[in-house]
Amino acid sequence: MNDSSTDIEKAVLKEYEYGFVTNIEADAAPKGLSEDIIRFISAKKNEPEWMLEWRLKAYNHWLKMEEPDWANVKYPRVNYQDVIYYSAPKQKKKVGSLDEIDPELRETFEKLGISLDEQKRLSGVAVDAVIDSVSIGTTFKAQLAEQGIIFCSMSEAIQEHPDLVRKYLSSVVPVTDNFFSALNSAVFTDGSFCYIPEGVHCPMELSTYFRINAENTGQFERTLIVAEAGSYVSYLEGCTAPMRDENQLHAAVVEIVAMEKAEVKYSTVQNWYPGDKNGNGGIYNFVTKRGICKGDNSKISWTQVETGSAVTWKYPSVILKGDNSVGEFYSVAVTNNYQQADTGTKMMHIGKNTKSRIVSKGISAGHSNNSYRGLVQVSKNAANARNFSQCDSLLLGDKCGAHTFPYIEVKNNTAVVEHEATTSKIGEDQLFYCNQRGIDTETAVALIINGFAKEVMNQLPMEFAVEAQKLLAISLEGSVG
Amino acid sequence: MLTISNLHAGIEDKKILKGLNLEIKAGEVHAIMGPNGAGKSTLASVLAGRQDYEVTEGSVEFLGKELLDLAPEERAGEGLFLGFQYPVEIPGLSTTNFIKTAVNEIRKYRGQDTLDAVAFLKLMKEKMALMNIDQTLLSRSLNEGFSGGEKKRNEIFQMAMIDPKLAILDETDSGLDIDAIRIVSNGVNKLRSKDNAVLLITHYQRLLDYIVPDFVHVLYNGRIVKSGTKELALELEEKGYDFIKNEINEDEEVSIAEKH
Ligand SMILES: Nc1ncnc2c1ncn2[C@@H]1O[C@H](COP(=O)(O)OP(=O)(O)OP(=O)(O)O)[C@@H](O)[C@H]1O
Ligand SMILES: [Mg+2]
Repeated sequence: MNDSSTDIEKAVLKEYEYGFVTNIEADAAPKGLSEDIIRFISAKKNEPEWMLEWRLKAYNHWLKMEEPDWANVKYPRVNYQDVIYYSAPKQKKKVGSLDEIDPELRETFEKLGISLDEQKRLSGVAVDAVIDSVSIGTTFKAQLAEQGIIFCSMSEAIQEHPDLVRKYLSSVVPVTDNFFSALNSAVFTDGSFCYIPEGVHCPMELSTYFRINAENTGQFERTLIVAEAGSYVSYLEGCTAPMRDENQLHAAVVEIVAMEKAEVKYSTVQNWYPGDKNGNGGIYNFVTKRGICKGDNSKISWTQVETGSAVTWKYPSVILKGDNSVGEFYSVAVTNNYQQADTGTKMMHIGKNTKSRIVSKGISAGHSNNSYRGLVQVSKNAANARNFSQCDSLLLGDKCGAHTFPYIEVKNNTAVVEHEATTSKIGEDQLFYCNQRGIDTETAVALIINGFAKEVMNQLPMEFAVEAQKLLAISLEGSVG
Repeated sequence: MLTISNLHAGIEDKKILKGLNLEIKAGEVHAIMGPNGAGKSTLASVLAGRQDYEVTEGSVEFLGKELLDLAPEERAGEGLFLGFQYPVEIPGLSTTNFIKTAVNEIRKYRGQDTLDAVAFLKLMKEKMALMNIDQTLLSRSLNEGFSGGEKKRNEIFQMAMIDPKLAILDETDSGLDIDAIRIVSNGVNKLRSKDNAVLLITHYQRLLDYIVPDFVHVLYNGRIVKSGTKELALELEEKGYDFIKNEINEDEEVSIAEKH
């Protein structure tokens, strides 16, 4: 007889689907980090002097910082001198328009399901495609520009819209915020920039697709979204990487600014290479994401589906500064094999009548560890602040772990903060029930986890919900006997 | 349709089924009765393929195939349905979505085209009317927060949707109110045909007034110890299981005595 645990834990990882490597020559910096490397990056990007100075300042600050170790994750320390900080695919000629993108790169993105052909794209989605350290193209730019929307790579924004960049860059995540934000500020190479003018409802989903291709290369992207008063935008990011035995570092910073009555919806489908079934390789995903509801009645909503990475460390947060502003965090984090995730959010209530809602669904399988870490902070003047948090964990097997670390700091006694948490297990009896109805175990697991994660999946834009559902199932394929 | 020969099964070191024989032909309805702990649900689980139970001896032929060689979902595909004594809850998974997956997975197994949303809805409407089941129940999470009776009705509704060859209903009548018993029985009767068969597990002869069985068996201590027609159920109701236990115990005492 099989006892239920051994049966549930016959873990055989399904091959990671996006693990291929594109053979394209790269223009790369030598390994290691120094002032010279930063000058090299800045020069490559032909940056103005202020940008270089900003980077060097960040670098000098970073040198004095210690890598944090408070998260519930274990990994060998990164040797920052062993990382390549700049790598760009060599394109055969200078790219003036989307049509001129190297066919090899175009094909890479096609293989990932991302078409850079505007005719072939889902009509409702504009894409900025980033490979290693650079953006190789952005679709629907012209069409968006007609409404005054700026959607381009960060490098381009620094050239074309320096005033906006200078005004908002690091206004939400200060350079000195943490070890990784300082590192990112020193060496970031690309990312997306979105600006939605006052009163404009962005007519399509904006999305950035991040791909790590080159070996030993870290990806440090920087994204900035500014939504002026009364505007609306829904933004989505996706990411994948080749299968490699060594770990690769991804340390991004994302900042969102929402003015009065503006609404920003930011969705992530994170599918970095998670490592093999024995825990070798995979991406270290150390990300700082933060938005500020600057104006009254503004709203920022984070939705994330985290299935990839060997180690994930990220807490998309909202500073609720404007009165009546709303912050939301919806998360599904899946860990399998030896993956580790420590993720959650911070909701900082500053304005009056501010509301926040946290829905976190952690799914753990194999030998993985999945932690929710959340902070709800209500400051002295935040009268009538409301928070509701729901943190549910689902375990597949009994060698994995689920942990919840909710922190609550309330300095105003009119606040109402509610926290609910549950932990459940996919039971042998649930699987047998499904089997008896003709549903095989893999399909049954997919049904059960999609049911578990539904509240979060419902938040995703339609175009991506189906993909994300499949991804959830694939990440756990083979984790149940 | 189903031939169970000398079936021995148990869990860990506990022997539960101890040489059970039973034959069910197409078109027949059989009822199994027996005291608590006799092994009725175990028999149902073993037939449906629950892995916790180990079959140590015997064979089960179902529509020409060795049932015990098949995975549970294959058994379902071959036409075996088990209405559970205790249906499980799956939070977040809508009942409709679950049933649609089940119906289509079974169709795939049989090499039939899957039903699209429209065709599925049509089938569902039809069976809903038959089973007098409410739409709102089906849009809720599978069995989550369902009352005992609602869970049982949902089992029978699923049976109607799947249209199995052999339906094993494990105490589907327990927990049902009088009206629900009538509805469920009606449903089962409407599905009765010369091509399929039903195995009812029940404690109450009342159910057998509605679904009249061709045979009644008494399962005791892992074996079918007595078989008869509907009258046997009436006799059990009247006398309890004691008269059977006495018969058996006498036999066993003899056999133990013989061993010594
Ligand atoms: N998983 C299990 N672990 C241990 N013992 C079990 C298990 N399943 C069944 N048994 C035992 O096997 C015996 C038969 O159980 P079973 O559920 O088949 O009885 P039943 O005839 O269906 O009873 P009831 O009329 O109460 O439903 C009981 O003694 C029960 O305790
Ligand atoms: Mg029973």
